[in-house]
Amino acid sequence: MDKVTLYINGTAVQAQKGATVLEAALSAGIDIPRLCFHSALPPQSSCRLCVVEVKGARGLIASCSLPAAQDMAVTTNSEKLFKYRKYILELILSNHPMDCMTCEKSGECELQEYAYKFGIKQTPIRGEVTNYPIEATDPLMMIEHSKCILCGRCVSVCRDLWATEAIDFSKRGFSSKISFPFDKPRLESDCVFCGNCITFCPTGAITERSALGKGRSWEVKKIPSVCPFCGCGCNIEINTKAGKIVKITSNENTPVNKGLLCVKGKFGYDFVHHPDRIGKPSACSTDPSADSASFVQQPCGENGHPCYPSTSLHENLIKSSERLSRPMVKKGGKFHEVSWDEAMNVVSGRLLEMKQKYGAEALGVLCSAKCTNEENDLMQKLARTLLGTNNVDHCARLCHSSTVAGMVQSFGGAAMTNSIEEIEKASCLFVIGSNPTENHPIIGAIIARTAMKGAKLIVADPRAIHLTKFASAWLRHKCGTDVALINGLLNVIVKEGLQNNEFINARTENYEDFRNSIEKYTPEYVSGITGVPKEEIIKAARIYASSKNAMIFFAMGITQHTTGTDNVLSVCNLALLTGNVGKEAAGVCPLRGQNNVQGACDVGALPDFYPGYQKVNDPNARGKFGKAWGIPLDNKIGYTLTEMVNFAAQDKIKALYIMGENPMMSDPDLLHADEAFKKLEFMVVQDIFMTETAQLADVVLPATTFAEKEGTVTNTERRVQLMRRAIQPWGDSKPDWQIICMLGKKLSSVLRRNEPAFGNVYFDYDSPAEIMDEIASLSPVYGGISYDRLGKIGLQWPCPDKNHPGTKFLHKDRFSRGQGRFNVVEFRPPAESADNEYPFTLTTGRVLYHLHGGSMTRRSTGLDFILHEGYVEVNPEDAERLGFQHGQHVNVTSRRGTIKIKANVTDKVPPGTVFIPFHFAECAANILTNNALDPVSKIPEYKVCAVRIEV
Amino acid sequence: MPEKTLLKHTDTPNSETMDFYLSQKGYEASRKALTSYEPAKLIDEVKGSGLRGRGGAGFSTGMKWSFVPKDIFPKYLVCNADESEPGTFKDRALIERYPHSVIEGIIIACWAVQINSAFIYIRGEFTLGAKKLQKAIDEAYQKGFLGKNIFGSKFNLDITVHRGAGAYICGEETGLLTSIEGYRGYPKIKPPFPAIQGLFAKPTVINNVETLANLPYILNNGAQWFKSMGTEKSPGPKIFCVSGHVNKPGLYELPLGTPCMEIINNYGGGVWKNRKLKAVIPGGSSAPVLTAAQAEKLNMDYEAVAAAGSMLGSGGLIVMDETVCMVNALYNLIRFYHHESCGQCTPCRYGTGWLDKILHRMEHGNGKQGDIELMLNICDNMRGKTICVLADAAAMPVQSFIKNFRDEFEYHIKEHKCTVTI
Repeated sequence: MDKVTLYINGTAVQAQKGATVLEAALSAGIDIPRLCFHSALPPQSSCRLCVVEVKGARGLIASCSLPAAQDMAVTTNSEKLFKYRKYILELILSNHPMDCMTCEKSGECELQEYAYKFGIKQTPIRGEVTNYPIEATDPLMMIEHSKCILCGRCVSVCRDLWATEAIDFSKRGFSSKISFPFDKPRLESDCVFCGNCITFCPTGAITERSALGKGRSWEVKKIPSVCPFCGCGCNIEINTKAGKIVKITSNENTPVNKGLLCVKGKFGYDFVHHPDRIGKPSACSTDPSADSASFVQQPCGENGHPCYPSTSLHENLIKSSERLSRPMVKKGGKFHEVSWDEAMNVVSGRLLEMKQKYGAEALGVLCSAKCTNEENDLMQKLARTLLGTNNVDHCARLCHSSTVAGMVQSFGGAAMTNSIEEIEKASCLFVIGSNPTENHPIIGAIIARTAMKGAKLIVADPRAIHLTKFASAWLRHKCGTDVALINGLLNVIVKEGLQNNEFINARTENYEDFRNSIEKYTPEYVSGITGVPKEEIIKAARIYASSKNAMIFFAMGITQHTTGTDNVLSVCNLALLTGNVGKEAAGVCPLRGQNNVQGACDVGALPDFYPGYQKVNDPNARGKFGKAWGIPLDNKIGYTLTEMVNFAAQDKIKALYIMGENPMMSDPDLLHADEAFKKLEFMVVQDIFMTETAQLADVVLPATTFAEKEGTVTNTERRVQLMRRAIQPWGDSKPDWQIICMLGKKLSSVLRRNEPAFGNVYFDYDSPAEIMDEIASLSPVYGGISYDRLGKIGLQWPCPDKNHPGTKFLHKDRFSRGQGRFNVVEFRPPAESADNEYPFTLTTGRVLYHLHGGSMTRRSTGLDFILHEGYVEVNPEDAERLGFQHGQHVNVTSRRGTIKIKANVTDKVPPGTVFIPFHFAECAANILTNNALDPVSKIPEYKVCAVRIEV
Repeated sequence: MPEKTLLKHTDTPNSETMDFYLSQKGYEASRKALTSYEPAKLIDEVKGSGLRGRGGAGFSTGMKWSFVPKDIFPKYLVCNADESEPGTFKDRALIERYPHSVIEGIIIACWAVQINSAFIYIRGEFTLGAKKLQKAIDEAYQKGFLGKNIFGSKFNLDITVHRGAGAYICGEETGLLTSIEGYRGYPKIKPPFPAIQGLFAKPTVINNVETLANLPYILNNGAQWFKSMGTEKSPGPKIFCVSGHVNKPGLYELPLGTPCMEIINNYGGGVWKNRKLKAVIPGGSSAPVLTAAQAEKLNMDYEAVAAAGSMLGSGGLIVMDETVCMVNALYNLIRFYHHESCGQCTPCRYGTGWLDKILHRMEHGNGKQGDIELMLNICDNMRGKTICVLADAAAMPVQSFIKNFRDEFEYHIKEHKCTVTI
């Protein structure tokens, strides 16, 4: 790397070539005052505070954008500069209120800090100042224009980092202000409420409205933790005061998100202190009536006008689903609060009774992608040891089981091959069956901004998503035709000789069979199946194959099909054919949906794997785990989640223990699932709220939220990170790991009492750290992971030993299975296609503002304000033909059920296709979806079914 | 009056048409350039002519071209037709009355620098000009002077007219570039300079309308012909825009170096109503004001005007007679700069605003002791300390008005009224 030497205040300083004078100075420990500059943003040089004197140059030059040059002589601290900087600050303060004593930002305000340093008490210029009203049009954020110093950081973060461009400057000169287009309210703009403008604002101009008056910097404790929503695994700081969460922040030194957050990660925390959490709060909790929903309603300044909808839209939902604080047992169809002892007696007694009566295989356990690695590990251990069954699964079955099946077959390992930070180094990004902007917002933003900076982006999606705006090629294929589409790309690449022969020869197998199989998938043939013009197919194939580093991103649009495994195999074929795997910034990246879905799989919350992907039907593995856990284990692969539900309906599963999942919202064909759950003889649900599923249970155990417990979670890039406890458990609720330990000890003692020869299974864990040590001792990929090593940035598995630094990207030099395998994949149509009776194709998915069944997000005032009702997206052509308007309610019917839902008439969906997000219980998309399964992975086909629409 | 070149035909009916332009040897210069000049030789020829940018800065045009890297594509040329400086109205005449000379100039410049895509950024208010320009471009395409394989040279060139939306700052060359890119017209940080990294981060040449319109004549008549006019360092013809208190305001094409008083008296018909000359602004509203005494000795070329403490700028000569209140005149100018400050840099955003507010109170009899020093302090902290030179453009009039007419400002503060009572 080239270096230059410059002289700053007479001292020689070495800097990287291309570094700015400011960067060089900061790296040498020389501070230069600055306001508009932020290390994560391109320099703007507009505040003019960072100006320096350069020998031989005229005027004062902004150091933040001045490239350091060899032998440049810079002065950063002269009398002249001090005077000029003081003058700049005085100018800014000439149009800024001096109300630090009541400002939210006091103590963290950069302007306040400089005013103090420069000793400014008053400004010499006085007169009429700009006077724009406070903008507080939504419950999340407010803008106080009088405090805005027009540094442009918010504009830059919105454009350069978040690729949204919702906010910009308007008007000119002295009258300049930041504004949404045409000065409309935030809600009517493109704003996605990520709140990163708050994070980057140096003053109190943009603030969290929900944190107003709740505590300033010196009053709050900041506890580092991990966001509890999607699989990105963003690092957050939980700001607490007096045992309650005030707000969520993040800082720029975090490895995953570099200080950025999305709307859920920033604002979606009302569920923690939600009034639905009933029961007697323990002494440490404060009055629950002072909840987050009420404090945001206080007026905020003379021009602030709070405006919220009532929550009445789903009042019934909330009333019937309360945050749990005491165990409850159902007697005579009604829940009664009981003590933990009593609850444990009932649960252990009934489970063992079922086991005795129907055998261990009639018991099933659902783990949770929302719980920690430690908790999932304990849960599967409890099932395999004390209950004696491998019937363990979790919702990964419904999202990425086909990824596991497919990627294991192709590469030998089923996880995102690369890291999030590599995305910006890729030259081509191919997004298929994934809408990361809404589902993995941090990754979506990085993809969009990488495309903005010049990387080629290919998007394959039937819907117009945010990323299609940045795409060099948009393949708008019909739902369920992914295999044909990818085979078409493969065909073009081979026909044009763009494949990587060196890679194919050295690192793959089965190429000949594969090549023969794609011969018939000519662009013309594929165009007929997919509806994508053949020119677009050829164009996309050329872009992908001729790029130096290409990364593929996929999610549920690939996996949730009866051809899910085939889809994944096709995607892997594409990477293998071009050699785009096993190196930096090139690979196959399944984006995981929940904050710990990767971890739950890693630690064996699956019917066929022990922790660390060691097979239950492998005698060696079984022996190893049996020995470690102190009891012989069953060799039969257990039932999957979807099978357990089906078998419950068929009386083969009699008891279910569900930890932190809500299958009554997330399963396909909910009416069928409802029927199945009602047939169970015994059902336990361990959760934070009285969910749709919990209402059907016999015993409900109150667990804590992420903020009330400690544990590790593993994000989509295989990074194991520590969640830290920020507040005390609510009421009598307990962390899941403690509940499992309690139950484990209880079951163990009963079993040993009945049968003295029964092995001694250890459940006396003192802390999650102790559980992680056990995981590390048994699963080689986690071998080197322990709490003392996780620190601030965590570790990316595989991490086989204590000295291993973790792994950034997989399959370097060698695939986990040896050679990468090409697989022959033929196109098969989806299980259900549109016909005369059901003429529309329904596809389902998530939206930015909610997560899954909505039990957390729909209890957030802000998220609920932005989007509080489900909808069906219908193309304007179809709406016109059927005679309904945007906003009107329609009935959507499939072969399995009917829902009444608001129509969102938009050309995001092509004619003939409709889209429904599945978060909303009152119009649950999964009443309609098809539970046809992928034959290999048993994943249901959420993404395609046939429906009709009636007004 | 010396023979006119640029404005020779602007008063002739139908001068904007292709037929007329062809009748005046139109497009022969560009044909000559593309068929018989190597680009490098063409750059040398223009360098040799001594042509300097007519937009205001007066930088050598050939030199500017030679800074553009040869091996980076695409490159762009932008013709700056965002003529908005108060007192300047020369480009408008060329665009509306003789647009083909500008288009031909663009072809020549693009060949010299090997550019295949040019933009004309035209001031939003020039509705008629934009229409005439577009019509002329359409004609040029029809004749094959634009588009593919121009004059059989395998050289391709497209010209796009981009209309501004009423912001003076977009006439600043980098603000203009951000505006074309679709962003708010904020000037860019320099370096990198546009020649290296300009429009869409590619090498970009930005030339003024009048500069480009000179090129066909230089090619047709040769560099020596061009140098035969004007002074040694400021050769060639220049369009002067004479406005204010003269009997015959208007455009006068004269060799650089013509005495200021000759322009006012011989061509502008003298100060009107037999009044006395009080002051002139020689180069558009941002140029420092000069007293009548200074104007008496002033020759209108780049060097001489600079030596007198002002600048030739765009050649906008604003004449003020003895009835002008200098406080009011400055207030008028500063209102403009306050309105047009983009608001990006702190010193300019607040500086122009406070200057406006202070002059407002002074003009309305509410000036305070210390206001003059306050304004000078604000100006000191604006000049040379911002991303673009709009801050300088606002500060220079204030400094020069106070320097040359300080007593009028003091009188305003002390007596709460004007010295001028006519």
